[in-house]
Amino acid sequence: MSDLSGLRRGQSYYEATARSRISGLLDSNSFQELLGPADRLTSPHLEPLGQPCSFNDGIIIGSGKLHGLSVLIASQEGGFMGGAVGEVHGAKLTGLLERAVNEKPAAVLLLLESGGVRLHEANAGLIAISEVIRALLSTRAAGIPVVGLIGGANGCFGGMGIVARCCDTLIINEEGRLGLSGPDVIETTMGVEEFDSNDRALVWRTVGGKHRYLLGEVQHLVEDDIEAFRATAINIIDEVQSPCLEPLERSSELQKLTLESLQQEHLDLSRRLENYGHCQDGTEIWSEMCIDDPEKLPLMDIPRFFKAVENNI
Amino acid sequence: MEHLEFEFKGSGNRQVDRQATLVGVVSSGNLEVMLENVDLHGLCRINVSTSAQGFTEIWQAVLNDFAARYDLADLQISINDGGATPAVVCLRLDQAMEEYLEALT
Repeated sequence: MSDLSGLRRGQSYYEATARSRISGLLDSNSFQELLGPADRLTSPHLEPLGQPCSFNDGIIIGSGKLHGLSVLIASQEGGFMGGAVGEVHGAKLTGLLERAVNEKPAAVLLLLESGGVRLHEANAGLIAISEVIRALLSTRAAGIPVVGLIGGANGCFGGMGIVARCCDTLIINEEGRLGLSGPDVIETTMGVEEFDSNDRALVWRTVGGKHRYLLGEVQHLVEDDIEAFRATAINIIDEVQSPCLEPLERSSELQKLTLESLQQEHLDLSRRLENYGHCQDGTEIWSEMCIDDPEKLPLMDIPRFFKAVENNI
Repeated sequence: MEHLEFEFKGSGNRQVDRQATLVGVVSSGNLEVMLENVDLHGLCRINVSTSAQGFTEIWQAVLNDFAARYDLADLQISINDGGATPAVVCLRLDQAMEEYLEALT
C-alpha cells in the first residue's frame, strides 16, 4: 500500500472557496466582513439577463488580523461566474482599497481568482477594473503594501491580471495562472495553431506559477497550502514593517512606485521581448535562461524546483 | 429567472441578533443558501431565485421535507440557485442548518 500521509499537511488553496481561504489565512476568528451577504448588495445587471445573482456578487471583503497586525482583505469567488468583475464586485474592491488609505492597515491582501471583466456587465465591468487600478495605486502611494495571492482554479486573467501586476508583490502556487488574455481567448482569436488551450501542460508552461516566477512577474512561489500562503504573507509584512529600516528603504520587498521604476520596468520588458520573443514555449525560454533540463521543471515539486533554478533567478 | 416564495409554520426556537449564515456558491448546478433570524410571527419563509423555470412543485416537495425535518420558526431562508438538482438542494440546506445550529451552541 502506498503511504499518502506525508502528501498534504494543510488545506489546499486551489480547492478552497473564497471564504475558507480568508479564514485559513487570517488569525482565527479575526475576520469582520464588510457588506456581507445579508446586505444583499447584488448585481443589477444579471437578473434582466436571466442569470442568478449572488448575495456577495462574487467577492468577500473585510478586515482582520494577520499575525496580530490589522489588514484589509478581499477574496474573489471563482465558483461564481469565474470570479468575473461586475459593477458591484468592482465597487466593493475599490471601496476596500479606498478604505485602506483612511484606515492605514499593515497591508491589503487581495485573493485574486478571476477571468477578468464580467461580459454581462460590459462597460460597467471595464470601468470597475479601471477604478480598482486607480484605488490600488492610491493605496500604494499612501505607503500601504498591497499583496496579491493567486492560486485558484480559474487563475487570474484579463483586467484582474493587470490589477495583479499593479500590486506591490505577488504570491502564487504552482497551480496558479496569471496572464492577460487567457488560453481560451488566445485560441479563439488566433487559432488553435497559435495556442492549443486544451493542452494543459502547455497552458501551465506558459501562464503557470513556476513560469511567472521565473520571469520575475511573481515574487513568491509556494506550495498549494493555505498555510504556506499565510506564512509568506506574514514574512512580507514583517519585512515591510521592520523598524530598523527607514520608510523609504523598507521597500526592498516592494516595487517602488516612481517614474524611474516604471521606466526601468518598460526597459526590462522590451529586453525580455528581445531575448525571448522568438520562443514558442516556456521550455524554450527556460533553456535560454540556461536552466539545465528545462523540460523537467514542470514535474518538480517546489523544493526541487527551487534547487534546479537557484542559480538562474 | 423565477422567484418563488414558500412559508412554513414551525415551533423552533427564536434566536435573534446573530449574523447571517451563508453556505454554497452560485454556479452551474449549485446554489447558495442564506439563513437569517427575522421575526416572522412563528413562520419560516423561504425565498428562491432560480435560473431553472417551471420547477415550483419540486421545490415545494424538497422544502416540505426540509421543513418537516427541522420545524423552524422566525427564520428567513434565501436561496440563489444556478439549476441545482433536488439532492444538491437538500444537502446544501442541511449544511446551512448544521452551520447555523453549530453557531448557536
